Amino acid sequence: MPTATSTRSPPRTPETEQRRAVMARCALATREELRAALDRLGPVDGAEDLRPAETGLVMARGRIGGDGRAFNLGEMTVTRAAVRLSGGETGFAYHLGRDREKARLAAILDAVWQRPERRAAVEAALAPAAGRRAAEDAAAARRSAATKVNFFTMVRGED
Amino acid sequence: MALAPGLRDPVHDAQRVFRAVMDALARPGRVQALTLTLSPPAPLTPELAALALTLADADAPLWLDAPLSASPEVAAFLRFHTGAPVVADPGQAAFALVSDPARCPDFAEFAQGTPAYPDRSATLVLALDRLGEDGRLVLEGPGIRGRAHLSAAPLPPDCAARLAANHARFPLGIDLLLAAPGRLAGLPRSTRVTEA
Amino acid sequence: MYVAVKGGEAAIANAHRLLAEARRGDPGVPDLAVEQIAGQLSLLVDRVMTEGSLYDPGLAALALKQARGDLIEAVFLVRAYRTTLPRFGAGEPVDTGAMRLARRVSATFKDLPGGQVLGPTFDYTHRLLDFALAAGGEVPAAAQAEPEPGPAPRVTDLLAGDGLIEPSPPEEGAPVGDLTREPVDYPADRAVRLQALARGDEGFVLALGYATQRGYGRTHPFVGEVRVGEVEVEFTPEELGFPVPLGRVALTECQMVNQFKGSAAVPPQFTRGYGLAFGQCERKAMAMALVDRALRAEELGEPVASPAQDQEFVLAHCDALQATGFVEHLKLPHYVDFQAELELVRRMRAEHARQGEGQGQAQGQGQGQGQDHLPSVEAVE
Repeated sequence: MPTATSTRSPPRTPETEQRRAVMARCALATREELRAALDRLGPVDGAEDLRPAETGLVMARGRIGGDGRAFNLGEMTVTRAAVRLSGGETGFAYHLGRDREKARLAAILDAVWQRPERRAAVEAALAPAAGRRAAEDAAAARRSAATKVNFFTMVRGED
Repeated sequence: MALAPGLRDPVHDAQRVFRAVMDALARPGRVQALTLTLSPPAPLTPELAALALTLADADAPLWLDAPLSASPEVAAFLRFHTGAPVVADPGQAAFALVSDPARCPDFAEFAQGTPAYPDRSATLVLALDRLGEDGRLVLEGPGIRGRAHLSAAPLPPDCAARLAANHARFPLGIDLLLAAPGRLAGLPRSTRVTEA
Repeated sequence: MYVAVKGGEAAIANAHRLLAEARRGDPGVPDLAVEQIAGQLSLLVDRVMTEGSLYDPGLAALALKQARGDLIEAVFLVRAYRTTLPRFGAGEPVDTGAMRLARRVSATFKDLPGGQVLGPTFDYTHRLLDFALAAGGEVPAAAQAEPEPGPAPRVTDLLAGDGLIEPSPPEEGAPVGDLTREPVDYPADRAVRLQALARGDEGFVLALGYATQRGYGRTHPFVGEVRVGEVEVEFTPEELGFPVPLGRVALTECQMVNQFKGSAAVPPQFTRGYGLAFGQCERKAMAMALVDRALRAEELGEPVASPAQDQEFVLAHCDALQATGFVEHLKLPHYVDFQAELELVRRMRAEHARQGEGQGQAQGQGQGQGQDHLPSVEAVE
């Protein structure tokens, strides 16, 4: 069958963007950092698995010429988890790699974030992981910057 | 969103249902047992749900008939448990779930496959009330010794004519899975169906 | 007739035990950790990911350890593992323009926004063996400098305005062909060709790219840009309906810019070939871009005369796993096939000898001799 277009169109509200930012922080954190973030939030009541965490594949796509038509580059291992809290909030996680425990921790954080009054606390709990990542990114950028070529032109001839 | 659980044992339950589907299509008209413990949101029947959870995935889009698409819970249940896109155009679906078979759209509206790839066609799953190995539908063709008989209800009023037209398009055409409570039968495009 | 033979189970089991021991090597030398392979043979890991068509550095490193460093065997292991996993779906196409650059060079434009960033490269090294590495020891820390703020746009975006360079084929929302799901039809869509080249054997793609430079399908290439770095990947699950950030993957992208004399419909301009690979696979991305451009010959009204321009030749033979499967199967038992061939050759030789006798002696003395020199197969085992 050809790839079909789903009837569902992505709702991209400011709230969704905020949620995506939290999901991105979780995806880039380590398992230990997510566990520490949950510890900082205090006990979370009865998170049950909506679906057992599982590892599968997502096809990575590029664009021809970098900005043109899409093509399939190759697959990536991705692990997902879905949980429900006793209050009914459902949380999801999809992460690169094969760490089921990490995906489950992130799904719980996503579920807690669904409660508007807990949002600030979840984001604060993830701040150390985000800070660590930002520092690593900055260090990598500084090392790359040192390999940047500074051209100087030598003038030849009389003109 | 109170999401109903999926198959209790996803791997083995899906294998069991798949086996029943395979036997149903290999032996048209012979009724297979389909025992399940699913409680999907209405009007999705447990049989339709089990077949969808077994067969549909991200590469196999689902089409839902009007009563099923009227229920947001049904779409949410299917999206979560199968990951399949739910499509509005019947021509894009790999599997069509039909809860009201009497009003099933014409079979020609679904993907028929191409001469090079007849498998790129739709399988329609019809939720029936009754299904038995007796009745006025007479079946002949591959997988049937002599003739088989089938009773199935409800079906579209012109079902025999539709099945004849579908059979005439062979190797193109759609395949039918008939799912009544606890029971499953198959009518692949290779089967000739007449009314006694 | 098909003859099945049995036997050899004990030999096979013992061969696998011997393999395990040979893989381990000298027990007096520490065992190689998967993390060491992932961290210290990272370009090999990247190549296994690219040709295995699966982004997972840990799995690629494990496959290399299990394969005793045999690259194609490691690709085989990764491809086999992949078949055991469900596919959740396809991700959003990555934006290489937003890449966190580890390296970015252009051979065509000296001064471009973001600059020429060499990154960790073998370029400009002397290729002298460094015996200090064999001795171990400390590595001096890399230098650091203040990064320039601001984006580093793709070179092709900078040139797009004035029509001198062709734009990328526009996204029209059409289904994206996937050769792991549907068999390849010829002529194949460019998206499918790029997928095949991306997972294709680096040596094969390199040789074809090289052949185009030597005149077998010349394309007059320049490296518009090679960039290496990390991009964010996103996936839209059906149950959520919005793109979920999955994390980052390392990629190498090559934009090849090729002179084009134009056609009846198009004025002279630069055309482009494109390469993209997992991890740091520069040679692969560059060769891929050359072959991508060569395979556009028909689209651009050029004669299709060389192997690199022949879609079926390239796509049907670029996959290392398919190639090795067909070549390597030749070493598996063919006793019965060969027995039949042997009988056939004997009969043909007998026939040949009879005809020689009928035509007289002048043809030479050697005819008919040598029949006994063929080995005789005593048993089918």
